[in-house]
Amino acid sequence: MRPTRSWLLVAALLAGPAWAERPADFLARFEAEARSQDASFAASASRGRQWFESRHGEDWSCSTCHTRDPARSGRHQVTGKAIEPMAPAANPQRLTSGRSVAKWFRRNCRDVLGRECSAAEKADVVAWLIDAGRSTGEGR
Amino acid sequence: MTTRTLTMLVAMGAAMSALASGGGDDDRDRRRDPVADRIYVEECGSCHVAYPPALLSRASWKAVVGRLATHFGVDASLEPAMGAEINAYLQARASLRDTVDGDGRTALRITETAWFRHEHRPGEHGLYRGVFEQASVGSPAKCDACHRGAAGGRYGEGEIRLP
Ligand code: HEC
Ligand code: HEC
Ligand code: HEC
Repeated sequence: MRPTRSWLLVAALLAGPAWAERPADFLARFEAEARSQDASFAASASRGRQWFESRHGEDWSCSTCHTRDPARSGRHQVTGKAIEPMAPAANPQRLTSGRSVAKWFRRNCRDVLGRECSAAEKADVVAWLIDAGRSTGEGR
Repeated sequence: MTTRTLTMLVAMGAAMSALASGGGDDDRDRRRDPVADRIYVEECGSCHVAYPPALLSRASWKAVVGRLATHFGVDASLEPAMGAEINAYLQARASLRDTVDGDGRTALRITETAWFRHEHRPGEHGLYRGVFEQASVGSPAKCDACHRGAAGGRYGEGEIRLP
């Protein structure tokens, strides 16, 4: 077997920073990153919502697996496996791990857009996920 | 039952006890690396059940983990360090027999191996032609549609429910 050392490395990778991140931290981070390219950028949940439900050149939208209501459970389009709700209001585990958020944005954006998402796209969609399930989904 | 199937089942049993949450006394690897199973299930069990390592050979797992960015039509890419650890985990528990597809090439799927096709052939154990196309199954890769303990690595006869 491999030395314990390498598993410790992976454990550290999984645990990430000692403090848990909050959904608002991701919104702030992506928004700041988007502003470094466009100073007037402001994240919009309603834009994020529309973007989440639209196709972007490939066969799927985000809502194909996550449904149009992020406060509800989804289903993986290929495997049929249930996916817990994406909205932190409905699932407190969401948007609390930088590693998980980076990993799934990378994978899902490549599947849905054929490329990585921009900081602006991520800021909008995170704004929408934070909003969803809080109100009745009117956005802002 | 042929000796080959028997060997396979014994090897599988060992891997399954490694996957089960309790952890047996004979499972030295697990005791030494207590986080191993949790990581495997977390990383390889989010889109489908985490498949039993003993159902594919070392070469097959290497091929699967080596191309996660184009994984059966989806991107399942991992950070290189995590990919290496998952591969090491699978290599240590893989079948010692080659697993090949119908054309004799290294199998990327459990469901295309001769063992799987034999064990799940229509007419045996209540399996019938078209069972994998039933709405509640959809694909032979959806083990948990029939094996109720699949998420925990259990595939025993007592936990099967056919659609
Ligand atoms: C083919 C199915 C599929 C599609 C399409 C898809 N996702 Fe996902 N997504 C998943 C799965 C599976 C998970 C992991 C579920 C889990 O952790 O339980 C996930 C997780 C996530 C997470 C992780 C949340 C966290 O806190 O770790 C985010 C964010 C996310 N998806 C956003 C998106 C966005 C944005 C899109 C559209 C660009 C999208 N997804 C499209 C299947 C999909
Ligand atoms: C992003 C989603 C996703 C993740 C993460 C993922 N897979 Fe898969 N996997 C799939 C899909 C989709 C299929 C095809 C299922 C089908 O054909 O019904 C599949 C199929 C497989 C198969 C073939 C099943 C068969 O016998 O037909 C194997 C083996 C496999 N995955 C191993 C892994 C391993 C190992 C990992 C972890 C490194 C992993 N998967 C992580 C989506 C994923
Ligand atoms: C359509 C239902 C169905 C699906 C899907 C399915 N199986 Fe099975 N499986 C069966 C049946 C029925 C048997 C025969 C049980 C018996 O021997 O009585 C079986 C037998 C087995 C056995 C031997 C168990 C034993 O105790 O002899 C294993 C291991 C197994 N399946 C693994 C898998 C794996 C792994 C998958 C997914 C890649 C899978 N199966 C998908 C129905 C299914």
